[in-house]
Amino acid sequence: MTGLSRDTVSGDLGLRIEEPLIFEQDSPGAVGVDWPEAEAGPDRLGGLARSGPIGLPSLAEPTVVRHYTRLSQKNYGIDTGLFPLGSCTMKHNPRLNERMARLPGFADVHPLQPESTVQGALTLCRELQRWLTVLTGMPGVALTPGAGAHGELCGMMAVRAALDAGGAANAARRRVLVPDSAHGTNPATAAALGFEVVSVPEDGRGRVDPDRFEALAGEGGVAAVMLTNPNTCGVFENDIRRIADAVHDAGGYFYCDGANFNAIVGRVRPGDLGVDAMHINLHKTFSTPHGGGGPGSGPVVFSEALAPFAPVPRIVEEDGVLRLEEANGRALGRMKAFHGQMGMFVRALAYMMSHGADGLRQVSGDAVLNANYLLRKLEDLYSAPFADSGPAMHEALFDDRSLRDTGVSTLDIAKAMIDEGLHPMTVYFPLVVHGAMLVEPTETETRASLDRFVAIMRGLADRAKAGAPLTEAPHHAPRRRLDETQAARKPVLRWRGAGEE
Amino acid sequence: MAVRTYYTREHEWVRIEDGVAVCGITDYAQSQLGDVVYVELPEVGAEIARDGEAAVVESTKAASDVYAPVGGTVVGVNGRLEESPDLVNESAEDQGWFFRMEIDDEGELDELMDEEGYQAFVEELD
Amino acid sequence: MRYLPITSADRSEMLRAVGAPSVEALFADVPEDALLAEPVDLPHHAGEFEVERQLSRLAARNRAAGAGPFFCGAGSYRHHIPAAVDYLIQRGEFLTSYTPYQPEIAQGTLQYLFEFQTQVCLLTGMEVANASMYDGATAAAEAVTMANRVTRRSKAAVSGNLHPHYRDTAATLARFQGFALEAGPPMPAGGEDLASRIDGETSCVVVQYPDLFGNIADLSALAEAAHAKGALLVVVVTEIVALGALRPPGAMGADIVAAEGQSIGNAMGFGGPHLGLFAARARHMRQMPGRLCGETVDADGRRGYVLTLATREQHIRRERATSNICTNSGLCALAFTIHLTLLGETGLKRLAALNHAGAVSLADRLGGRVVTPAFFNEFAVRLDGDAAEAVERLAGEGILAGVPVSRLHPGAGLNDLLLVAVTETAEEEDLAALAEALA
Repeated sequence: MTGLSRDTVSGDLGLRIEEPLIFEQDSPGAVGVDWPEAEAGPDRLGGLARSGPIGLPSLAEPTVVRHYTRLSQKNYGIDTGLFPLGSCTMKHNPRLNERMARLPGFADVHPLQPESTVQGALTLCRELQRWLTVLTGMPGVALTPGAGAHGELCGMMAVRAALDAGGAANAARRRVLVPDSAHGTNPATAAALGFEVVSVPEDGRGRVDPDRFEALAGEGGVAAVMLTNPNTCGVFENDIRRIADAVHDAGGYFYCDGANFNAIVGRVRPGDLGVDAMHINLHKTFSTPHGGGGPGSGPVVFSEALAPFAPVPRIVEEDGVLRLEEANGRALGRMKAFHGQMGMFVRALAYMMSHGADGLRQVSGDAVLNANYLLRKLEDLYSAPFADSGPAMHEALFDDRSLRDTGVSTLDIAKAMIDEGLHPMTVYFPLVVHGAMLVEPTETETRASLDRFVAIMRGLADRAKAGAPLTEAPHHAPRRRLDETQAARKPVLRWRGAGEE
Repeated sequence: MAVRTYYTREHEWVRIEDGVAVCGITDYAQSQLGDVVYVELPEVGAEIARDGEAAVVESTKAASDVYAPVGGTVVGVNGRLEESPDLVNESAEDQGWFFRMEIDDEGELDELMDEEGYQAFVEELD
Repeated sequence: MRYLPITSADRSEMLRAVGAPSVEALFADVPEDALLAEPVDLPHHAGEFEVERQLSRLAARNRAAGAGPFFCGAGSYRHHIPAAVDYLIQRGEFLTSYTPYQPEIAQGTLQYLFEFQTQVCLLTGMEVANASMYDGATAAAEAVTMANRVTRRSKAAVSGNLHPHYRDTAATLARFQGFALEAGPPMPAGGEDLASRIDGETSCVVVQYPDLFGNIADLSALAEAAHAKGALLVVVVTEIVALGALRPPGAMGADIVAAEGQSIGNAMGFGGPHLGLFAARARHMRQMPGRLCGETVDADGRRGYVLTLATREQHIRRERATSNICTNSGLCALAFTIHLTLLGETGLKRLAALNHAGAVSLADRLGGRVVTPAFFNEFAVRLDGDAAEAVERLAGEGILAGVPVSRLHPGAGLNDLLLVAVTETAEEEDLAALAEALA
């Protein structure tokens, strides 16, 4: 063991406390929940009762609370500080939303209770659909997808179902045009559904080249385009109408990846731009918590053309009573077990109601202003490949060209930010920009917070150019750089006790 | 006569040893991939056309398909890569070989680059 | 607006720094006629109290399970959640953190995922588990596609007693991915002969344990039959607490276990978010979908954790990925792992025993009406009339009596069957009330 730990007896440093695994804190005889023993009697398990130990450790409640509290202290969250993760929209998570989702009338309700006993829940779902419909200008909403990528799957299944319903000749429509700046989920989704992915090159200004796009669309067999707008280069696709027309003229549909909806919410309705389907990441635009990687929620909005193919269950109204329609001949099928991420619907609706139409408009305005502010304050030190391609939207894209002679890479800057108490930005994405750094401040940062970010980033650039050894960072995080090669070469995916194979 | 090694534009190499083609990825390819963590090898007996997908090589950050430089039938794979994928980094064009094939048409070799040609090709890329 | 800290003075100065005359000018690349001049036609912003009042009114229009006797199951179960669980998952460092792609400042998330994966392995009797999926149904669908990849076949044989929503979720993928999914008819009393439906083209056989009607059966022979034909056995578990009392699928030859983990640590929440569990054999590790957390060391040689084997995933492999999934149910997995840690070996076994004892107690009272011969905490009951009508009538009397089979299998001629689940939350009076109501 080296350096850092030499000053203390324990090796721990102040609040930085090492915490063993729960399996290493096993204290047989301890319990964290008091359940009585069931009364003895004959079982009806058909001879399949478990024999022998499961192998779970035994810990009392104080130990468990301390364990997970200490683990939490090794994490960075939005509550900790600025979280400039491009394309991820890490904005403030209001606690009111948590309180609302935990109301027993929402949380302690079973998905298959009689519909007469869940009219409030169904009304909430309808209300969320109404807000999404008005905000997107699109008439259909499928609530069930469990996350953004799941929404993409749903939207592209609807495209396939609509094509198939359009006649046997459409079976040959298998080409999906995907810009090479797209999120990885787009080609993965298209390929998972048997589509052929056709890559559309970026035009050198961070956008799809409309002439090139029209040519590709004109080659026949087009099923759809999958386009993110604003795109991952941080700019708005100003030829979006031409793109929409080209794909429609070719007999295909326009799928919009809604990951960047935060930039335009309340100001632009995708339905007005010719979009046929778009998923909405409730955990981005509408601030349901990311929770360390989920659960997400990815409702999909549909145009008139695709709405009939939305999955079941659907919420329908009959004689003033809301019901769940569980089967429909045109529906593409079913996305998951029940009706969607209800807990996320409550949070998202609480967020929408809190902001209102006026507040949501301010959300996109401030998000875009903040990104442009960072772009202009940093572009002299960090090269910005598309700074002259028109205003940035809610993200500022930089690259590592300006650091080329320093030996410091994008990754080094990201790791150095950790030592400064910041979460890094998105790095090496989009793939079309070498050494990309995609910064999304969101609208919930103060100007002071933005200025602090600028000061740190400028300082890091200065240090890099002065030859500071950033390649070793971070030094002050709970861990230094981790050996991902070892993790992948000899995967250890679970704990094993001494002597266990 | 020295054993001749042939190269593809996809950075595979192939060499005839004892009448069988030994294939792998080039030293340049491994340097571009970084630390190799896993190699998915073809099944023995698999018939693969020229430029057909034969294997997958993975680093922590990328997964790349490896194509058959020539068409033929797989007659052996380098089992050591399962335990030691790092052999690809350490000895890409020798100990880190991927698979052996019986070639359908030796004439296909003539369409590949020789060492000098490949070096020139790589220098163009950099 | 309380969540938006940029003041109008800030805005003016920042616009000057940016060199734009107005915020609207920053949207110059949007086609002019698509740019809304005014806010959309929705209510304007509201204070916290106002939002709370409106949403509380909606919540009050639902009948919460805790309001009276409650016996619904069929894939979502009401269990007690210790207070510490909900407190801990709401710590901001967990709640507001991101996917742990920057492991140096996400060791909290990564360590609990490593603990979670280990717990899932122990419960299911499997060798490797992933960091969770959307829910049990999507986990089951992914299990089928994984079996297709492993076996290079494309036909799944599905038990008629698999939850129909799970079957339909997998069938939807089958429809669009072009593989075959053959499901048998429901058999409420069990006794299905799945082995005879496996042939040399079958990629996997999918069976639920306990099944939709609560049946539990030894799957060892089925596993052998599948393996003899080169197929995999996929075992689906919708009530994970059952594995505190039952022989685990891994001990009976399962190759993949796809389960719903909501029962431990997570509220029913009207069906979501739930927690998909996914476990498999080590030899199939690289064909697994979803995120995986692995142990490694840092630059100082200290033990640490990272997301690993990411080359299977969409952000690296794009159109060649094992699935398009890009999320897990992180916070639900955290709730699961905290609750299971609190329970421990003794607590989980006691909890499972209480569930089973309650179900046996109710079944004893219902006598010959019980259709399911061997069960854990849920079984089918045959009523004299239509079960859906009975459920509606009893709801009016304050009892949520269970899930009518007709709601899941409409048109299958099973309208007189009711699925009844008994968890530790049901009291003696509740059991008596239901037994009397169904008598």
